[in-house]
Amino acid sequence: MAEILKRAKALAVNPLKASQPVGAALAFLGLKNAIPMLHGSQGCTAFGKVFFVRHFREPIPLQTTAMDQVSTIMSADENVIEGLRVICEKNNPDIIGLPTTGLSEMQGTDIRRLVREFRAQNPQYAATAVVPVNTPDYTGCLETGYALAVEAIIDTLVEKSAMAGRRRKQVNVLCASMLTPGDTEAIREWIEAFGLRPVMLPDIGDSLDGHMVDIETTPLTLGGTPRGEIAAMGESVATLVIGRSLAKAADLLQERTGVPDFRFDHLLGLAACDAFTMALAQISGQPVPARLDRQRRQLQDAMVDTHFMTGFLRVAIAADADLLVGLGAFLAGVGAEIVAAVAPARAEVLSDMPVASVQIGDLEDMERLAAAGRVQLVISNSHAAQSAERLGVPLLRAGFPQYDWVGGYTRTWVGYRGARQALFDVANLFLGNHHDIPVHRSIYRDATEPATPARTPPGAGLVGH
Amino acid sequence: MKAAEIAELLNEPACAHNKKEKSGCAKTKPGATAGGCSFDGAQIALLPVADVAHIVHGPIACAGSSWDNRGTRSSGPTLYRIGMTTDLTEQDVIMGRGEKRLFHAIKQAIDDYRPAAVFLYSTCVPALTGDDMEAVARAATERWGTPVVPVDCAGFYGTKNLGNRIAGEAMFRHVIGTREPDPVPESAQRPGITVHDVNLIGEYNIAGEFWHVAPLFDELGLRILCTLSGDTRFREVQTMHRAEVSMVVCAKALLNVARKLETDFGVPYFEGSFYGITDTSQALRDFARLIGDPDLMLRTEDLIAREEAKIRAALAPWSERLKDKRVLLYTGGVKSWSVVSALQDLGMKVVATGTNKSTEEDKARIREIMGDDAKMITDGSPKALLQAFKDHRADILIAGGRNLYTALKARIPFLDINQEREFGYAGYDGMLELVRQLALTLEAPVWDQVRAPAPWAAPALAGEARAAGE
Repeated sequence: MAEILKRAKALAVNPLKASQPVGAALAFLGLKNAIPMLHGSQGCTAFGKVFFVRHFREPIPLQTTAMDQVSTIMSADENVIEGLRVICEKNNPDIIGLPTTGLSEMQGTDIRRLVREFRAQNPQYAATAVVPVNTPDYTGCLETGYALAVEAIIDTLVEKSAMAGRRRKQVNVLCASMLTPGDTEAIREWIEAFGLRPVMLPDIGDSLDGHMVDIETTPLTLGGTPRGEIAAMGESVATLVIGRSLAKAADLLQERTGVPDFRFDHLLGLAACDAFTMALAQISGQPVPARLDRQRRQLQDAMVDTHFMTGFLRVAIAADADLLVGLGAFLAGVGAEIVAAVAPARAEVLSDMPVASVQIGDLEDMERLAAAGRVQLVISNSHAAQSAERLGVPLLRAGFPQYDWVGGYTRTWVGYRGARQALFDVANLFLGNHHDIPVHRSIYRDATEPATPARTPPGAGLVGH
Repeated sequence: MKAAEIAELLNEPACAHNKKEKSGCAKTKPGATAGGCSFDGAQIALLPVADVAHIVHGPIACAGSSWDNRGTRSSGPTLYRIGMTTDLTEQDVIMGRGEKRLFHAIKQAIDDYRPAAVFLYSTCVPALTGDDMEAVARAATERWGTPVVPVDCAGFYGTKNLGNRIAGEAMFRHVIGTREPDPVPESAQRPGITVHDVNLIGEYNIAGEFWHVAPLFDELGLRILCTLSGDTRFREVQTMHRAEVSMVVCAKALLNVARKLETDFGVPYFEGSFYGITDTSQALRDFARLIGDPDLMLRTEDLIAREEAKIRAALAPWSERLKDKRVLLYTGGVKSWSVVSALQDLGMKVVATGTNKSTEEDKARIREIMGDDAKMITDGSPKALLQAFKDHRADILIAGGRNLYTALKARIPFLDINQEREFGYAGYDGMLELVRQLALTLEAPVWDQVRAPAPWAAPALAGEARAAGE
């Protein structure tokens, strides 16, 4: 059991953390015909928008209640009501997500009451669901804000019911923020291989996967979980919960619907994939399809091929808790040694990390721990490129944001195939940065012979500082 | 910051916006607002000061998704790329520990990174808790001897533009005029050339583009005391009051600095741009004219003649390819005319330009350049832009990064002109990069492939779409 070391510095240097409102916005971006509106100053939204635009390389619908000096001091209630009205009138969305920010929380906004007032004043917009959620940015991180939003979506859109199992092929999947669009696609196919029909909540694999559409422009999301499907989650035979951060959301869904759930901390690596596959076999009553069996054998083959590179590999990981623990367990499972594990905020799952201690901190902490542990590979977001460069080791990009790297946003990590590719990439990064034994030239040898130039690492496929 | 102080900053006598109903900065509309806040604007204006520790005082939202995301380049220190924030927690907020944390944070930054100075940016939350950042800055300066400069720029004060002005004001109040410039080094003296000191205000060295222009300044004997703030050091900002002339580059944002340098220190200023051949030459001429050194004027004309001949020859093959291509330009303010001039230098046709953020003066300038039938677009929504693109039968959209994926999703060629871009277009040599990027997107073979429907799509539809694509 890992010890959790508290943040010890006054100043966060090279922050690892992204804020709760940004995380909440991401969850809403996985819903169909939706748009999040942050209740705060316009900067809260502008920064969040740029953050996601650069990561996903997609247009990102995100609005703001645009609190200014007067509304900050007097009252910003009208900003919320007007903002909702303007969006309904202009864009007619199915769902508006309404996360708060540090600013509106400081002001003491009662966001639920404001939604009720909006409802009372504007019955003509009853078709648009509004999901309020409290996400101050002075607690938590992207992952917790996202989880709070998922919980709020269930709270607002799933009614209490006792119809579990009515749709015998339907399973719910609660997807944590660590999952990429590529991951959610892979999970969908995995489930469909057992003849089941998944309802993914949220489904950024459908909205932020980056696909061309026939309409030229829309102010709303380009895909995602349809509102009607969310309402029918109570009729599923089972719920699959991926990521410990969604535990509270899962509790709520179960309490509302009585649908039995299966919980997984992550889907990285052989053991985690096997657990998920067995759950699907159990739910569907189907045997494991031959092609999954084949993929599993391929992963095993990759594990033996790459264990020469992954064994004893000294790795530093900095990421939100779910991803950190998933990557840590996966790499420890192939013999790597985690010399630095840094998370931006506390989470229950961190104590299960296969290391002596997890530091709550920033990328400066990661860099120091990594240097002390003579790190060979860093896994973190694009901000860690500077750190990796100073450490002289390659960076495998994971988490948010990945702005200096095309396609990272949609990389598939989960499943047998995802794990196999991750092993190949880790191994190749190691090979590309392999340090030869320093040359020894004997004092007795011909001194006039020109020295062999030092070997420069070839342009490893995944490194791009 | 007091309401009266904000009002004073909004009232910028040198800004042409002041004279119209737009006076100051437009009020924002909930649910229909785009653009950054005052903190964003202040940070953008000052972050390029390379040897300073930039500490964002607030919870994580402000620094967490904004640090190290600008294309500005430094020729020396890279401290500005290290993200620093007090990352306030709920406990800090409830217990009122923000000031204390900030004080310790300043010490940590000084101990670990030895900055030339520390800039503090306040944000919404500490503005509401009432942290006295100015007092903390004073105490820290006294205690550790490193200048600590407060920039009071909470996001709710207003727009990005206001933030720019707040940043300028902070530099004027706390930094400019606190040091005399170094003497010109003997090694840099050349016989027959009198060295003149100048400022550039609002030049951010995006993608290093100013390095296309900087060698010309060296050649002419123009020593840049400070560019506020691309590739700048703290000690350079301190000496801005000693320049003979300032150029306000391509932005109204820091006009207040230029105006105050003029009124308080008698430094005249002019507005100009380094985009395009014509404007670059004009800027160099304006320097020589305002300095009033006849020898400099002669040498400037020689240099312009040489550079223009060189670049026009280099551009000739490209101009052939780009000539008569139709451009829809959507940018803010001064860029609406400065880029027009660059494109016209290439023989391209600007069919319409956005004037949302432009002043009356800018618009007059546009009419002067483009003729009276110049189409001006005020609605910058993705839908309106795409409609204008069709209406004017444009070939390419040139706009800021926020419209990048709007254009790409609509399958139209695009050039990014704002500050997140990765290519430098300034100066004579920047034109070569500009034409390369223009041709690259205009001539890309991908467009036909992404416009054509899938072979299995319904034939009638396919015919239509193909016709539209041609």
